[in-house]
Amino acid sequence: MSKILLEHGTGAGKSAKLINDIFIKNLGNNILNQLEDASVFKAPQNMVMSTDSFTVKPIFFKGGDIGKLAIAGTCNDVAVMGAKPLYLSAAFIIEEGFLISDLEKIAISMKEELQKNQALIITGDTKVVPTGTADGIFINTTGVGEIVKPGISASAVKEDDVIIVSGTVGDHGSLIFASREGIDIKSELSSDCASLWPLIRKLVEEDIEIHSMRDATRGGLSAVLNEWAHQSNIGLYVHEEKIPLSDETRGICELLGFEPYHLACEGTFILAVKKEDAEKALEICKKDELGKNASVIGRAINEYNKKVILETGMGTKRVFETPSGLLLPRIC
Amino acid sequence: MQKIKKISLKQIIEGFRKPEIVKAIADVLNDEAEKYSGELHIMEVCGGHTHIIAKYGLSQLMPKNIHFIHGPGCPVCIMPKERVDHAVILAEKEDTILVTLGDMMRVPGSKRSLQESRSHGADVRFVYSPLDTLKIAEENQNKKVIFFAIGFETTTPMTASLIQEVEKNNIKNILFHINHVTVPEPMEAVIQSKDSKIDAFIGPSHVSVIAGAKIYKPIVVTYKKPVVISGFEPVDIMQSTLMILKQFNEKRCKLEIEYSRGVSVEGNLKAQEMIKDCFDIAEKFRWRGIGDIPKSSLKLKEKYDYLNAEKIYDLPYEAIDDHKSCRCGDILMGKALPPECKVFGKACTPERPMGACMVSEEGACAAYYRYGRGLG
Ligand code: SF4
Repeated sequence: MSKILLEHGTGAGKSAKLINDIFIKNLGNNILNQLEDASVFKAPQNMVMSTDSFTVKPIFFKGGDIGKLAIAGTCNDVAVMGAKPLYLSAAFIIEEGFLISDLEKIAISMKEELQKNQALIITGDTKVVPTGTADGIFINTTGVGEIVKPGISASAVKEDDVIIVSGTVGDHGSLIFASREGIDIKSELSSDCASLWPLIRKLVEEDIEIHSMRDATRGGLSAVLNEWAHQSNIGLYVHEEKIPLSDETRGICELLGFEPYHLACEGTFILAVKKEDAEKALEICKKDELGKNASVIGRAINEYNKKVILETGMGTKRVFETPSGLLLPRIC
Repeated sequence: MQKIKKISLKQIIEGFRKPEIVKAIADVLNDEAEKYSGELHIMEVCGGHTHIIAKYGLSQLMPKNIHFIHGPGCPVCIMPKERVDHAVILAEKEDTILVTLGDMMRVPGSKRSLQESRSHGADVRFVYSPLDTLKIAEENQNKKVIFFAIGFETTTPMTASLIQEVEKNNIKNILFHINHVTVPEPMEAVIQSKDSKIDAFIGPSHVSVIAGAKIYKPIVVTYKKPVVISGFEPVDIMQSTLMILKQFNEKRCKLEIEYSRGVSVEGNLKAQEMIKDCFDIAEKFRWRGIGDIPKSSLKLKEKYDYLNAEKIYDLPYEAIDDHKSCRCGDILMGKALPPECKVFGKACTPERPMGACMVSEEGACAAYYRYGRGLG
């Protein structure tokens, strides 16, 4: 089976062929195909830009792979700012010996995910490093998008705002942990890795008054809520039983001693919306496949400033703590 | 043949966390507490229980006259700094791999933690099971592999089985540094200490699965303090508290087992045999936050001197105490709660612990910091 060689990264013969056979073939478009040193594109007025590097291990997992994650992850960061993802860059660092067929699989996943976002990769780079100096493949993507719903910010949560999560939390993190620990999951759990823009677009088109919106990646639900409480100078009150959890994630967390609220999601986002719009927002989410498990989990209150309070099923209260000091393996 | 019905983990867990059940027990507890005129101070010995009490806010469900005192039962919290230093010193020796359990990595010694040592280039590895050390030793024949053993009665049999493997297979490159401690002795120590308020104990179930409920008999017989051995779910802790309260109302003083799913009076005799084969009771162990407690730890038997890192290397034993503003001692005696310590959450945090109770997430200060800071 053919493997990536150091020559594939030299810029000459072999590398031109790799670029054509894998990247142009799957990800090509009018802008990228010009293969200039930099790409020319027209920008609307107000833009956002976000970058992220992806080092997930295992590279292929149930429900996705590093390629899908690299597109969805960056597009989601753009989308939760109320912006339509438009253009991306993609840079690959590949370890010598990586299977070319695997690289193609990754490129195909990227292509599918780009289509969901109606976004294009317009510039890219490939580097090959000697065996042992990288772990298979690392991908960096940067995305820009056009703001269609201005004003969304982690510091914009207001008193009485309603907090909605769009789906079950912690599924990506628990799946990755379980596969690393060699736990054989005889279950339906797969990573929730997905592009959020199609659902967010509906919320924006229906003119829901969104104050804050975040995808709950690293640090999970609790990290997002704590950040909002801090930056918006407000208290958040959350009902534990209302937080959607899959049975599988619950089970894995029990076995490995994790809190599902600390684990990453790659296809779930959290919204703070004006009270009057909450019901409608929930309905829009629930109608969409991605948001079918959406749930109102709490509200912003004029008490417990800068803290997130969790009410347990037993009616007791505690601080909804952020993850601390864990030896976190690479999950994205 | 009878069919075994499969049950999912979810069903098992939810049974013991069902809010309705916990609330129902809380109601009974409150009725029962009205019959009791005094105050009751119950020590949950084990850090695992402390964590669950804080995480589920169980104190909030308790009658006003019942108070939890958070005990010393967290194996890394009680490790004195000089022994943590031993781990660091050994890890930093040439051609040496130090192997231990994950919890040990972040515990600060007088100069640094193992985690910091590792970032300075020491080869420190953590394993889930002590037997994983065999593989590390096999793959690194030219290095000394030192197993730094920690834990209560629960983890001791696993260390013992590693020792037996090393002996049986004549493995030349594994050594041991033993820090296994026992549960009943610190319980006695806290009862005996001046102004101790403890009226009864909630005992840890996992220790009892191995050692048997019998180890608590002296507490009940000699010191007249009821002990109830409890599982680790909210329902267990609520139920155990109720059992203790009932003993007081009915003027009984007994050793009872709430966690009858796994604990017997005798415990696991085979595991106890293995422990006896490998270890003797050490004269004393210095517990961080408490001080010297006689006969509260284990040491390798003399026949294993050739495996004993403490005999082979020259290690310093001078006592190194925690900062003088640390009130862990008072907390363990039930004389103070974590927020009453003036450095709590300020100079002392889980990232930079100044005392034993902040070290692991099972310590009382760490549990308060994490789940209860500011809730009052
Ligand atoms: S807060 Fe820190 S210094 Fe104070 S008692 Fe707890 S562990 Fe000791």
